Order: sequence, then C-alpha cells, then structure tokens
Amino acid sequence: MKRETKIEGKIWCITDEKGNLIDDIDTDMIFHNSHLHITDINEMGKYAFGNLKGWEDFSKRAKKGDILVVGKNFGAGSSRQQAVDCFIALGISAILAKSFGAIYKRNCINSGLPILEYPEDVKIGDTGDKVLVDFKTGEIKNLTKNLFIHAKPFSKVQMEIYQAGNLFNFGKK
Amino acid sequence: MGKTIIEKIFQKHTKDEVSPGKTIWIDLDVRSARDFGGPNVVKHYEREYGDTPLENPEKTFFTFDLVAPPKNIKYAVNQSICRRFAKKYNIKVYDVDAGIGSHVLMEEGIIKPGVTAVGTDSHYNIVGAIGAFGQGMGDVDITFIFKTGKNWFEVPETVKINIKGKYEYPVTAKDVTLYILKEIKTSFALGRAIEFYGSAVENMKLYERITLCSMVTEMGGIVGFIPINKEVENEIKSFTGKNDFEVINSDTDAKYEKEITIDISGIKPQIAAPPHPHNVFNVDDLKGEKVDTIYIGSCTNGRTEDIETVAKILNGKKVKEGVILSIVPATKRVYRELLEKNILSQLFETGAIILNPSCAGCAEGHVGMTGEGDISLNTSNRNFPGKQGKGKTFLVSPAVAAASAITGEITSPELFM
Repeated sequence: MKRETKIEGKIWCITDEKGNLIDDIDTDMIFHNSHLHITDINEMGKYAFGNLKGWEDFSKRAKKGDILVVGKNFGAGSSRQQAVDCFIALGISAILAKSFGAIYKRNCINSGLPILEYPEDVKIGDTGDKVLVDFKTGEIKNLTKNLFIHAKPFSKVQMEIYQAGNLFNFGKK
Repeated sequence: MGKTIIEKIFQKHTKDEVSPGKTIWIDLDVRSARDFGGPNVVKHYEREYGDTPLENPEKTFFTFDLVAPPKNIKYAVNQSICRRFAKKYNIKVYDVDAGIGSHVLMEEGIIKPGVTAVGTDSHYNIVGAIGAFGQGMGDVDITFIFKTGKNWFEVPETVKINIKGKYEYPVTAKDVTLYILKEIKTSFALGRAIEFYGSAVENMKLYERITLCSMVTEMGGIVGFIPINKEVENEIKSFTGKNDFEVINSDTDAKYEKEITIDISGIKPQIAAPPHPHNVFNVDDLKGEKVDTIYIGSCTNGRTEDIETVAKILNGKKVKEGVILSIVPATKRVYRELLEKNILSQLFETGAIILNPSCAGCAEGHVGMTGEGDISLNTSNRNFPGKQGKGKTFLVSPAVAAASAITGEITSPELFM
C-alpha cells in the first residue's frame, strides 16, 4: 500500500512565551531521561514535551494528524529514539523544522515519520492553522492564511523508507 | 579532487562514490548498544528478524554505562534483557563494571583510527579524537546494523575551524572547547563534519582531544577531527601495544564548505550557564555564586589526566562543608591508573565521593542530580534545563570544578596557583 505523499492537518507552533519558535529543543525536553527505560511505544506519547517549559501538557492537547512546526536544531542532543517515537505514538503526522539535530533527523526518517526543513526566515503560520504539505515537492500551503512556503522535499532515500514504512521494511525489500 | 577526513574514511567503507550531499551505503566496523537503547534494539531485533543471525557478532558489542550498576529494577531488567540476547548470539558485553562504552572500545583497540563505529550514544563521535568515524544513532538504526552490518549515510559537508593562538593552564582544553562553542553556537557546523587546525589543537594530547571532540555534538556537528601527530599515535598504540591501524589525514586539496578562524589568545577559564552549552561566560563573570553539587567525570572529562588536575588543586585541602563533590573515572583502566598513582586516596582525604566508572551524572545516573534552587557544576557536556533536576547545571573544566569545590562557590583555578 502506498502511503500518502500529501497530508493536511492542524499545526502546533512550538513557541516560547513571547510567541517565537524555540530553537535548540533538546531531546531531554522532548522525552526526559528519567523515562529512558521505556521500550513500549504505547507508553511514550504521554511524555512528549514533558520537560519543555509551557508545553508539559502537550500530549493531552495534541490530536491525531496534527503537525508540529518548530525552529532551528530541533531534537539536538541524545540519540534516544523515544524522542521520535513519542510523537508517532500521539499520531503526529509530520514535523516541519528550520533545521534538525543530525541524529534526530535520521531517527525520524528511519521510523517513517515525515519531516521537512523550511527556510529560516519564513513563518509557516500560527497554532491552529490548517496546512497542506506535499512531501514530493516540499510545498507547504497554509490553507487558513493562504500562504505558500517552499521547503526541501523528501530526499530519495527518505521517500523510499517512508513508502516502505520504516528502515526495517525498506531493508527487507 | 582531494577529500576531507570523513570522505576518506567513508570511501574506504563503500563502493559508492563519496561526495558531499550524496547518499551512500557504508560498512560499519563496530556496532554497539548500551543499557540505554540496548533493550529497545533487542525488542526490534526479535520482532523484525526473529531467530536469524546477526551480520557479524564479533563486530557487535553491548556496553552498560548509563546506569551502572543498575540503580533500580527497570534498569536491572533492561540490562538482563541485553545480557540474554548477547549470550544467545555470542556478543561481547562490557558490563556495568567497565565504564563508558566509547572510551572502553578505544582502550580495547576495537575502535581505532580509520574505522567506522556506531552506537546508541550521541557522544559516540568522541572517537574522532583518535581519527575514527563515530556516530550516535537511535535504536532503529542500530538494530538494522546489527542485522546487516551497513547503513545509509548522506555524506556531510566538512567545515574547517582554524584555532589561532595558544592557551596555558589554568586554561584547559575544556575552556577552549566552550569558547569555540560560544563563537560558533549550533548553526555553523550543524549536520557537518568538522576539522580543527592550528597549533593549539594540533598539539593537544589525547585526553584533551577527547574533550574537544566530545562536544562536537553540542556544536551540532556529525564528527570532529584533529590531524593526528606521532605523539597521539603513540598514545593510541599504548592502549593495546599494537600498531594495527592506519592514520587518515585530509588531502591537501580537500574541499571544505566553509572555514572560520577563532582566536583563543588570552582567553580565561570558561563556564556554560543554562539553558544551553553555548551560553558561555568567563568564570570570573559568575564568580562567587554558591555551589551545591559538583560532578567531575563523563565522556568529556573523565580521563586520568582530568582527575589528576583535580587532585593537584585539592591536594591537602578539603571540600567545602555542604558541597557534594562526586568524581567518576571514565573507565576501569582510568580507575586503575588513578589507584596506582595514589590519586584516589588523596582525593578520598579531601572529602570527595569516588564512584565506579560510568556515565554517572549524565542522564538520570547516580550522581549530580539537583533539587529546586540547587547549583550544580558539571564537567560533562549538557546543561539543558530539567535534564539533571530542577536546579541549574553549569559546565566547567575539571580545574574550575576543583577550585569551586574548595571554596563552595564558582571560582577560577587561578586562586590556587
């Protein structure tokens, strides 16, 4: 079964108290090290952003299909897969970032969680806006505000892993 | 056209043509999982691959360093899951007594110059210090490599950082590292390989290179390299007594995406305040701030020389009453060296707590945790809010940590020279 390469969803802009996107969100803010012993993905969702000031209750507010919009160097720090899996557990359908931490980026791609990088000087919208994201072209359309943003499309290997579901299935082909 | 160090290492491990931006498949010489990530790897492996064999058990390792020995039942269970899997597939385990996995694998001569190594440790790129390619990875990547021995990589661009000027004690490699972080933050090297040049870094001893290369992670980089000289080559050889590796340096006509020159002349001891490792000040700017707990160790500053520096400053003095000073050697080998040099007994007399080799205060280890309002000084590499509790964690050199342990407040080691 082919997975969708265009998705639509409501965005969460992960901002500070001044309304600016937070840069350098570390994996300890996404999934704190006190929960590292957890190996069951179903247990992971409730800890998403549990150590990020102002976002501790994110797991209760997020809905299946929602899209994250974040700043620079998202997912810096640890190699923990749980920092990706906690969003998959919540049903987050994509993460749009100005840039990702290098290990985090791999972890998302390998788990088949769609991620795109968009230009640093661009604003995608505000929390609650509806956006349409095209993984093939990298086009992001803010349907609420009627804005177009050009992000980097999926790379070839990223699309292949995504279509396979994850790195394991991709490797078995 | 010439190649950078990472490109040359990659080229020796792939049939694909290596150039920045290209996706290639690389053979991995060393694969390891820790007590963190390890149980997840076992779970993935059994679900995806059932009872089928690993690509090469001899290249596969477990290293239990995160919570060693296990401080609670959950970690005991996780370690036991890994041990059972290791026994079934004949995988070598460096157990809870061994110390920090990346260091142990270097000492054992398993990770050596020119090899490709991956593990569930975001500071695995520390092995850049000996001219090896190291990459921290999540449990999906590592499981896949346990099974196949290879993985995809997008070849990163390489950036060049030239260090101008020299440093001398009490300024140490950690201060130089923090100063570089202050200058480049996380954007300059994000997703790139770094090569460091300049006499100050090229003359660094191995333990100093370990400090600098470990914090390439905090610079956002993939891995950092420093050209390897004869002295460092001998240090690497001294681990095993073997000369079974080839040092790889860059081609003279290698292509760098960009370069920067950072002048370290006259810098003072540095300190990184929350909320980021790149939020760096002169120690003097924060002088006098009361300190509650101090953790000396980690993959960044847990070598014999690091702890020797601490002992020299603390020699004949006492840790300030009310301050917790925890010292954690990186590995069993370091622990033994310190025992033989009589350094641990000296430190014992100062009132320091000496713990077994492990990652200790990083993550939710045994030491260095804070309560609300506490100030912690740490020789490790991360100080993000909440990581080690509700207190504030500052990153410093072992020398600053030792000086502050005596006074009970943030103190430059100049006071004890």
